[in-house]
Amino acid sequence: MELLLVILIGLLYASGIFMMLRRSMVKLIIGLILLGNGANMLIFLLGRIVKGKPPIIESSAKMLTEIYADPVPQALILTAIVISFGLQSFAIILVKRAYKITDTDDLDELNTTDEIYE
Amino acid sequence: MIIAILSGFIVAALIPLLSKFIKSKGSILLPFLPMSLFVYFASYLPRIGKGEKLSFVYEWVPSFGINLSFHLDGLSMLFALLITGIGTLVFFYTFSYLKGHIYLDRFYGYLSMFMASMLGLVLSDNIITLFIFWELTSISSFFLIGFNNDDPKSRKSALLALSITGMGGLFLLAGMLLLGTAGGSYSFQELLSNGNLIQAHDNYGWIILLVFLGAFTKSAQFPFHFWLPGAMKAPTPVSTYLHSATMVKAGIYILARFTPLLGGTAEWNTTLIIVGAVTMVYAAIHAIFRMDMKSILAYSTISALGILVFLIGLGTEESLLAACVFILVHALYKATLFLITGIVDHETGTRDVTVLGGLRKVMMPVAIAAGLAALSNAGAPPFFGFIGKDLIYEATLHFGDWAYLLTGAAILTNICLLFAGLLAGYKPFAGNLPAEFSKVHLPHPTMWVPPLILAVLGLVFGLFPVLIEKNLIQPVFSSLTNNDTLIHLKLWHGFNVVLGLSMLTLTLGVLLYWKLKPSEALFGKTLKFELFSPQTIAMLFGRLFSEFAKLWTGFFQNGYLRNYVITILGFLTILLGYRLYQGVNFYVDTAKLTELTIYEVIVVLIMIISIIFTVFSKSRLVAVASLGVIGYSICLIFLFYSAPDLAMTQFSIDTLTVILFVLVIYNLPKYKTFSKRRVRVRDGILSVFFGTLIAILTLEVLSEPLNRETSIFYAESAYILAKGKNVVNVILVDFRGLDTIVEITVLVIAAIGVFSLLKLRLKSIEKE
Repeated sequence: MELLLVILIGLLYASGIFMMLRRSMVKLIIGLILLGNGANMLIFLLGRIVKGKPPIIESSAKMLTEIYADPVPQALILTAIVISFGLQSFAIILVKRAYKITDTDDLDELNTTDEIYE
Repeated sequence: MIIAILSGFIVAALIPLLSKFIKSKGSILLPFLPMSLFVYFASYLPRIGKGEKLSFVYEWVPSFGINLSFHLDGLSMLFALLITGIGTLVFFYTFSYLKGHIYLDRFYGYLSMFMASMLGLVLSDNIITLFIFWELTSISSFFLIGFNNDDPKSRKSALLALSITGMGGLFLLAGMLLLGTAGGSYSFQELLSNGNLIQAHDNYGWIILLVFLGAFTKSAQFPFHFWLPGAMKAPTPVSTYLHSATMVKAGIYILARFTPLLGGTAEWNTTLIIVGAVTMVYAAIHAIFRMDMKSILAYSTISALGILVFLIGLGTEESLLAACVFILVHALYKATLFLITGIVDHETGTRDVTVLGGLRKVMMPVAIAAGLAALSNAGAPPFFGFIGKDLIYEATLHFGDWAYLLTGAAILTNICLLFAGLLAGYKPFAGNLPAEFSKVHLPHPTMWVPPLILAVLGLVFGLFPVLIEKNLIQPVFSSLTNNDTLIHLKLWHGFNVVLGLSMLTLTLGVLLYWKLKPSEALFGKTLKFELFSPQTIAMLFGRLFSEFAKLWTGFFQNGYLRNYVITILGFLTILLGYRLYQGVNFYVDTAKLTELTIYEVIVVLIMIISIIFTVFSKSRLVAVASLGVIGYSICLIFLFYSAPDLAMTQFSIDTLTVILFVLVIYNLPKYKTFSKRRVRVRDGILSVFFGTLIAILTLEVLSEPLNRETSIFYAESAYILAKGKNVVNVILVDFRGLDTIVEITVLVIAAIGVFSLLKLRLKSIEKE
């Protein structure tokens, strides 16, 4: 399974970068999301994957003893997912707003900030 | 000692607090600072005269070997007396010269700062502190040149001076560091005992080159001389003090100071002789075509500095003695002439020698001072300048094969300097008084007494050289040559070649003065040569440099997001690719891998298909939906591999993102493909390369052993310390609770942003 995930991570990174290099802002955001997913998977995989052993202590025990899934990467990813959601939602609304004002989605037409209010 | 040096800084720091008092009456008190310092240093004269050398050590940064150690010997003494002595006169002079100026307090602050830095420079034994004080003099000089900061020319000159001397300072620092490494110490006295070691060191050439660059920029040697005439934009007291008597001699000081340590080799002497000779002749010739009194004096100062470098370069005992004497000679007459220029400018409003004349009728004492200074400058007996000039000729005449050439250069320089001195010190006071100046009157005594004192000293030292021979010049000579040969200064040597040369110089100089009248036309002719001057070349270089910077910045900071991304990724790919090319050591232990199940394979396949759809679909809705599918699949993977919290979060967040996309989808622009096919292929190749690299890296990291220390800590303490059974939850809300609060804050900010972007009405202007 690890090997499959490695391929998947490579694919997510490649597609994310490719979309980020597009001129359309919507595609840029999609690229950002793909890249974020890739990064999350990367962290998850590097914490080593374990099947069916969530890091939750049995009601009778006081600590985790046997093999369990690593809780640290999970905590990191959880934070990352939530933060990237904040970023994505803001970006989506910003693109919508920018499009309303400038009437374009082409990044190349947006690199002069000063001329809008002429 | 340390208080004496730092007192200038302390006063400079106090001045802003007392600015009201200083602007009204208090400024008359300030000259007593340099005056008391002068007395303090002069009190050491008898001990220095006996050949003593005094050391004062204070620890500063002992771990780097940087101590505040000060060393008072003959050379330091001469400079300390010049700095405080001329400082006193300049402080008094400023009192009247800038009376009522709104920034008088600032001016005194800068002057005190400069005086302290200069004292520190000439007294430092540690070569790193020497460098620090050296830079401080450049900085205070920058402030003083740009004192009239509403004048753009003033500001430009200040910047030019700072960039030239500051650049030189950096060279000097590099030189000092190399020197410290080569000699194993940053203390000059300790280095001195390792002189042979340093001269034999591999880096000797670099050390002297760097020291030369520092000294030449500071002392305005060709081809770095051009900042000095510009620096004359400063008020005249500054020109007197910094740009003729003291600061520009810092370079000379360094060269003189390092002569016993680094000097005596062919590289050292030849370089100094050539640079000094070129500078003295070049600047002397320039001086005679000027009409502005300050420009004349500026060029003649550069020329005099050239003479000093030249004399140090000759390196014989005679020439070093000549250098010792000439430092004092030049300081006395040149400071006088500058102060007089200031008076003339202050009273008549012009410095043009072609207009000025007959001023002796209205300001006799000034005329006397000017006359005395001009005569000392001319080297006429029985002035101190005569002794100085004699020593120079003696030094050049006894310099072996090149004696004739060097003496010729010295004579030519001296003729031009004599001419320049007459132009500035005699011409404005001789002849008839033009009607427009008939109402000119003598300024306040604090202005005309200082130049008179200096000018009279020039005469007194000439008549009675014995006054300074033993106590002042002898110790300077000893610290330059590092031996105790007794010297003897005298006015009359009998009829010999040197006397003949002196007379020849005088005659030719006066003859030149009768024949050559400076005029606009003549000055205009010299301007044609400006095309090849170092200044023009330096300016051209500066312009090219800024053009290059513009191109460079334009190339990298081009304003296209994707170009930045491409640059960064391209660089990263090449770097990683090179690393991997050198050898990848991963090996996959198939036994350790978790086994595959059919539903996992299906999930991964779904993801791959969705990625392809997301990237290549022409429909926005399809792309967004596929994005959702990818998110849910990741959610499933989390679920398979024991991360239920992640699965839940991913599920809800992904749903929200897709909903948000769909909600605004009709307000979004058309899903267009802007780029050309060629560009897409290029981006595709780069992305695939980068993705592959990441995959290979992941594999490599996977084969490395994992450190689980942190995880074990959390797993063991989650319940015991935090009473929670879900370890991931405990980490987030308890162990790293503060991080989570910040995270929530970030989300709130994003939410406020989203809300305001949605609700804020477009202003009418934006709709257009």
